[in-house]
Amino acid sequence: MPYLKKLRVFISLFFFIVIALFFLDFRHYFSEGFISGILFLQFTPSVLLFIKTFGLVAIGFILIIILTFFFGRVYCSSICPLGTLQDFFSRFSNRFIIKRKRYRYSKAQNILRYGILGITVLLFILGSALLVNLLDPYSNFGRLFTYLGKPVVVEANNFLSRILGNWGYYGLYPVNLPAIRIEVILVSLLVPGVVIWLSFWRGRLYCNTVCPVGAILGLFSRFSLVKISIDENSCNQCGKCAAVCKAECMDIKNKEVDFTRCVACYNCLTACPENGVKYSMVQSGRKPTEETVNVEKRNFILTSLVVFLGLSKWSYGAGDIKNAQATTIKEDKNHPVSPPGSVSIEGFNQACTACTLCVSICPTHVLQPSFMEYGLGGLLQPRMDYHAGFCNFDCVKCSEICPTGAILPINLDQKHTTQIGVVRFIKENCIVHTDRTDCGACSEHCPTKAVDMVPYEDGLFIPEVTEDICIGCGACEYACPTEPYRAIFVDGNQVHELAKKPEVDELDQKVDFEDFPF
Amino acid sequence: MERRDFLKKGIGAGIIAGATFSLTGFDKLFAGAPNQAQKGNYDLVAVRGGEPGVMFDKGIEALGGMRKFVKAGQTVVVKPNIGWDVTPERAANTHPGLVKRIVQHCFQAGAKEVYVFDNTCDNWIRSYKNSGIEDAAKEAGAKIMPGNTENFYKDVKIPGGKRLKEAKVHELILNSDVFINVPVLKHHGSARLTISLKNLMGIIWDRRYWHRNDLHQCIADFGTFRKPDLNIVDAYNVMMQNGPRGVSVNDIVSMKSLILSADMVAADAASARLFGLEPADIGHIKIADEMGIGKMDLSKLNIQRIVV
Repeated sequence: MPYLKKLRVFISLFFFIVIALFFLDFRHYFSEGFISGILFLQFTPSVLLFIKTFGLVAIGFILIIILTFFFGRVYCSSICPLGTLQDFFSRFSNRFIIKRKRYRYSKAQNILRYGILGITVLLFILGSALLVNLLDPYSNFGRLFTYLGKPVVVEANNFLSRILGNWGYYGLYPVNLPAIRIEVILVSLLVPGVVIWLSFWRGRLYCNTVCPVGAILGLFSRFSLVKISIDENSCNQCGKCAAVCKAECMDIKNKEVDFTRCVACYNCLTACPENGVKYSMVQSGRKPTEETVNVEKRNFILTSLVVFLGLSKWSYGAGDIKNAQATTIKEDKNHPVSPPGSVSIEGFNQACTACTLCVSICPTHVLQPSFMEYGLGGLLQPRMDYHAGFCNFDCVKCSEICPTGAILPINLDQKHTTQIGVVRFIKENCIVHTDRTDCGACSEHCPTKAVDMVPYEDGLFIPEVTEDICIGCGACEYACPTEPYRAIFVDGNQVHELAKKPEVDELDQKVDFEDFPF
Repeated sequence: MERRDFLKKGIGAGIIAGATFSLTGFDKLFAGAPNQAQKGNYDLVAVRGGEPGVMFDKGIEALGGMRKFVKAGQTVVVKPNIGWDVTPERAANTHPGLVKRIVQHCFQAGAKEVYVFDNTCDNWIRSYKNSGIEDAAKEAGAKIMPGNTENFYKDVKIPGGKRLKEAKVHELILNSDVFINVPVLKHHGSARLTISLKNLMGIIWDRRYWHRNDLHQCIADFGTFRKPDLNIVDAYNVMMQNGPRGVSVNDIVSMKSLILSADMVAADAASARLFGLEPADIGHIKIADEMGIGKMDLSKLNIQRIVV
């Protein structure tokens, strides 16, 4: 059945390329509907969205489970972009690094894979999405492309646009990407680094020992209707199938296939010279392979569990951020600001896997990865960074593409009255007060005039804030020119509130078009 | 006041004579008036009562036509206000119809290339698009240039500046033969009003520096650097409050006016009057007048007033 492998390669390349482009697309060519449609099948985002909305838009993961129940872990080889990325590196190492590399059957690391799955789920139930966030394959793929791939693409674009600009062509334009903090990049690359390293030597070892999605799907593929099997009669134990099995699940000695680990790549089907590898409806009576209990490993898992539970506590404590040395002129931010549509910081932290799609798509770059601003539980999740940009009043892009429901869809009307944070003014820092010159940069940018300029001393004007019409977009904080601390800033709302609409002053529209007042 | 009285009488006479002179504008009615300069020699032209494009046609004609400012084969940079991601009705940006007509006139005058850009406050792609200016300029054949990264801006010295001694200016301003400044008249929380002088904050990179270092003085200082060859103030719809971004269309009064002048200070003074403020009350206009960048005293200028 050689067409099966070709089909798998085709589908996997499609998802890989398209999803990679979502994260690299700095000119925003893709429509929100297309992005949502493609990401519909990504497992973890779909599960989280389902938990949050119970909606039909979120049944992608159910379709994947049904697919797995019929045909095995097709998801891992065809739909998961991180899976395909591993195949690239495996292939690369097979070609150029390790001469005549052959995979060999290895025993299932059941304690490890189900242990990690268990801890991940347990932590999630306890309220921390930390491990979901760190281990989810789609989100790791996203971070890898946003933090490593995108800067390369943007730099190349900027270089080209400069050269073309010299020739008078301005179809390309340069793009300013705010710098990502080094600790964010390091943590973001940790897991993808391990994934790539493992794929270099051991194929899909990550998928079968660490990945929680792989572990879940393995539970279902155990009962798949169509399975890969070795025909005992035609198999002469030549080992050619096992040599190409990147899941290392073909047990030649016992002529058995551990289908819980098979990622349905179909490489083995064409490898067997005797046509002894079958992909067919299961014969009854086959029993799953025996497992030996490793006490040491079990202890390790238990220890890890305790440690992580401790960490999850810590994450709660750190959720409330307060600057230690609060002075009268330092911005006293009590909470970070989560994007409009996320409803509350706590809910956001629980549903976001830090895939960075919103960071990548945000036109003003106000969405930037956090490090510890939300606490450990919100590691790498995006926050509104008002030093990088401010939230465009008439934009709801992030809410339209968030695949996990961490940012729920809102329309423009809702956005205009969604208060994600509240403006705070520090008069002692303000130019008008300190230098006695006009400034007003904050008020200029304010879309609701929650920051307005009112008469001050000596004919000057100074900002005055009306908190209940502030939506917390951060335009004032972004524009404020004072250093090192801003004179105006936005403090995040733990739970987003409803802002009032600005009052309307009717103007006298009587104008004499024939009067020249000079 | 003499001038104003004269004007009022003139307008009164015009209305009476309206039936007879229905096809002629006030420019022709006033053509024989004493101390009236020859066509094209006005310091300032003010037009009222028409659509932006029509008012510009009349105004530029009174100034002697676009050929007076743009010669064949020259490159032109048109700098509207495209600061905000709002629709044209909100009048936070220059009227797209005006920009389009200006670009058309430039090409008719033989311009080789016309560029349009602004260093926007909101996201530039959205502002260019939603202001309607990108489409309008492109339809007229202009090239839209970004102003969103520091690379476009080159260091210049401002020898005449008091607080502002150097700035980074967009290369288009430095490289183009002709610079046409097309501000929109608006209320402004920081500068009281934004007109021609203030619009030049859109051709420099580091605006924060200006805000930190006496905004009005910096605006005036920069006026000594590169005076636009022509200033065209869009006062068709005027944002009377909540500027410069505005909150809703309720901030707008339809004034149907256009001011043209090669003198930024004069253009700003006349626009301030239209707005209902005294030019001397606007810090940067007063300072610019004192620094000799232009003339704020409108009574000393040759002004042509046109009602469409």
